[in-house]
Amino acid sequence: MLRFILMRLLQAIPVLLVVITVTFFLVRLAPGGPFSAEKAVPAEVLKALEARYHLDQPVINQYLSYLGDLAHGDFGPSFKYPGRSVNEMIAAGLPATAELGLYAMCFALLIGASAGIIAALKPNTAQDYIPMSTAMLGICMPSFLLGPLLMLVFGVWLEWVPVSGWGDIPGDKILPALTLASGYTAYIARLSRGGMLEVMSQDYIRTARAKGLPEWKVVLKHGLRGGMIPVIAFIGPAFAGLLSGSFVVETIFQIPGLGRFYVQAAFNRDYTMIMGTTVLFATLIILFNLLADIVAVWLNPRLRDLYRSGGA
Amino acid sequence: MSENNKENILSVSDLSICFKTRNGSSKAVDDVSFEVARGETLAIVGESGSGKSVTCYSLLGLIPQPPGVIESGTAQFKTGAEKRDLLSSNKATLRSLLGDKIAVIFQDPMTCLNPYLTIGEQLIEPLCQHKNKTRTQARKRAIELLKEVGIDDAETRFGSYPHEFSGGMRQRVMIAMALITEPELLIADEPTTALDVTIQAQILDLLDDLKKQRNIALIFISHDLSVVANIADRVAVMRAGQIVETGETQQIFKRPQHPYTQQLLASVPSGPKPTQAFQPGPEEQPLLKVEHLKTVFEQGKSGFFAPRPAPTIAVNDVSFELRHHEILGLVGESGSGKSTLGRSVIQLIKPTSGSVQLDGQELTQLSPKQLKPLRQRMQMIFQDPYASLNPRMTVFDALAEPLLYHRIATRKNVTAQVLALMDDVGLAQADIRKYPHEFSGGQRQRIAIGRAIATKPELIIADEPVSALDVTIQAQILDLILRLVEQHNLSMLFISHDLSVVRYIADRVLVMHKGKLIESGDTETLWANPTETYTQALFAAVPQRINEK
Repeated sequence: MLRFILMRLLQAIPVLLVVITVTFFLVRLAPGGPFSAEKAVPAEVLKALEARYHLDQPVINQYLSYLGDLAHGDFGPSFKYPGRSVNEMIAAGLPATAELGLYAMCFALLIGASAGIIAALKPNTAQDYIPMSTAMLGICMPSFLLGPLLMLVFGVWLEWVPVSGWGDIPGDKILPALTLASGYTAYIARLSRGGMLEVMSQDYIRTARAKGLPEWKVVLKHGLRGGMIPVIAFIGPAFAGLLSGSFVVETIFQIPGLGRFYVQAAFNRDYTMIMGTTVLFATLIILFNLLADIVAVWLNPRLRDLYRSGGA
Repeated sequence: MSENNKENILSVSDLSICFKTRNGSSKAVDDVSFEVARGETLAIVGESGSGKSVTCYSLLGLIPQPPGVIESGTAQFKTGAEKRDLLSSNKATLRSLLGDKIAVIFQDPMTCLNPYLTIGEQLIEPLCQHKNKTRTQARKRAIELLKEVGIDDAETRFGSYPHEFSGGMRQRVMIAMALITEPELLIADEPTTALDVTIQAQILDLLDDLKKQRNIALIFISHDLSVVANIADRVAVMRAGQIVETGETQQIFKRPQHPYTQQLLASVPSGPKPTQAFQPGPEEQPLLKVEHLKTVFEQGKSGFFAPRPAPTIAVNDVSFELRHHEILGLVGESGSGKSTLGRSVIQLIKPTSGSVQLDGQELTQLSPKQLKPLRQRMQMIFQDPYASLNPRMTVFDALAEPLLYHRIATRKNVTAQVLALMDDVGLAQADIRKYPHEFSGGQRQRIAIGRAIATKPELIIADEPVSALDVTIQAQILDLILRLVEQHNLSMLFISHDLSVVRYIADRVLVMHKGKLIESGDTETLWANPTETYTQALFAAVPQRINEK
């Protein structure tokens, strides 16, 4: 198992390298630069700025020196926020984004999996159709529509929860987490329904019933583990998606997270900031996928043995 | 068993079940009545779809409702002084009996144990559920019982997962699981069908012993008459949802009353080959000559740091000859490498080393392109005709394809040739535009056979061609194969795990065990006098029909 993890981490290096390289050259291909603004900067100032950030050097040299810095964990200085490094800005934004992502994931798993399981127990009845149609709606509705809608209903009309902010008033984290979770909840509901339907038709479920176990025990003890495997596999990429996709929600609810920096960086041609966030998200995606795979292996005794015996 | 001390533990009367689907309702069980007494084994025998499993599952509330509807009937189950109708009991009552007083052993131990839980966990469940035992108490009892059903090292095996057991061992675990609450009625649904013949014999003995020791009532559901003959006290024969005949085992086998029972018994292949065994000329060159054939499967890939896992030698140094117009049987248990040998001979799997000669021409060195003209001369028939026929091709497509590919027919005359083929294998010409799913299992195997003989091959490799078929259909297909071999001057390598089938059809037999060819000889000589210990054990394990005893 340890070897499997090590192998996967080793495999991640070339993947990251490709991501870095492609992003690095793509952002430099885009017209304009970090210092081209509507109000033209005097030529000598521009030159001085470019010299300061080594932008006057050949691109390949810039690339190599960036890689060198990166190897030391240094994302470099931000071009748009003088005096602040990308590392600092990520450190400032990541906690809020991570927290938001975590809450959203909890919501998505809790609501999604229970809806899916309930639907799978009585397929093709109202108990199936209602949660599943709601799930379809959840997949279809974009968060920039759902967010304001939730704000209107629960914040303005019902006045149950605050409409924006982050950590100022109790309960202000509920709506953004729900908004971010909606699409994933729906997807998890569909996945767990499919997984459970498949598992509940297996012969060993019949065996469990033949033992006279109550139905809830049959479902939770014998069905759940196998039925949740597709969901587990999805959690990894979903988590990464939650983190990198949070900028819309962060903008709507005015949350000081990383997502907003990411989008602004792209508009501002803040090369180092774009690079920094991209590398971070790519690393997270790889890590979470690995984590999901490890959990999936750990849940399945047969795979566990395979990896233990070294058939990786 | 004398009639007067017979205490019926279960009496089912007038049970009717139908399945309602969008295409109307079909009657699965039609007015069925039977009873079983303590200490007695009742066998319910029938072909697939006869309703034997549905009958038993309905008593336990294990058939899905809907679509299943129990239309009428009662099932009185007597435990102690209490008497209950299982069919009208509510779910809670039924659940309190299930896994406690009534236990079930299912057919396929591979799929019937939960792969995610240890066998220990699954074993103690009924005890914890019904007897209010603590986990420690239950564990102790489970380990005792595991030992009793013949699992060595039960303490450590208690924490193992199902995939760490062989098929036979898993079925032992299933039996232990069923017996753990000391049930009074045990329902065994084809408990040995998925097992090899030597394992089957062990499991049957075990079941019989346990039943006698505990004086429980056993309902044994099976499609296999020869298995039933050994274990049952009474037999009920089912056909199309009805019990056509019930009686003492001896009476059913020796003096079957109902024509269907008679047909069923006549269909079981028994005795030697009906047609004249083939006598070769001594000087003749064999059609197929296999020498030192070896096929090795690599296990997975070698890791970055880890050594490659040891390869599996599926076929190990096998040599044999197949003469013109001969049917050569190849027997062995699952995993013996017989299928791999068949596929290696026909070059579907590239053998690792050794030589395969068809009419003196070496096959192993040929490129796929060079093999093409030779493919016409050798064909294959697979076990499961449903899996091996393309579901999106009609009979016409399936049969025309080899004819056109090998340029035996032209677009113009292909239809006529396909129709002739269909006649040959006994398919109605009117069905030419139908798809595989519209046919029964036997008809599908006819299509597969038709496709194999389409190219007028000399050699056919038949891999378990009748194993997936019901016994009456099996008899028809075996006779079809015998007729076609005669008519078309075919030679055949007939692979099967079923010794009676091989004896019925083969001129000569090869016995395979763990990748090696351990014995060969003329069928009847070998049957009368197997020399190897393994062959003797294999033959001894075949359930004998009563009238052969």
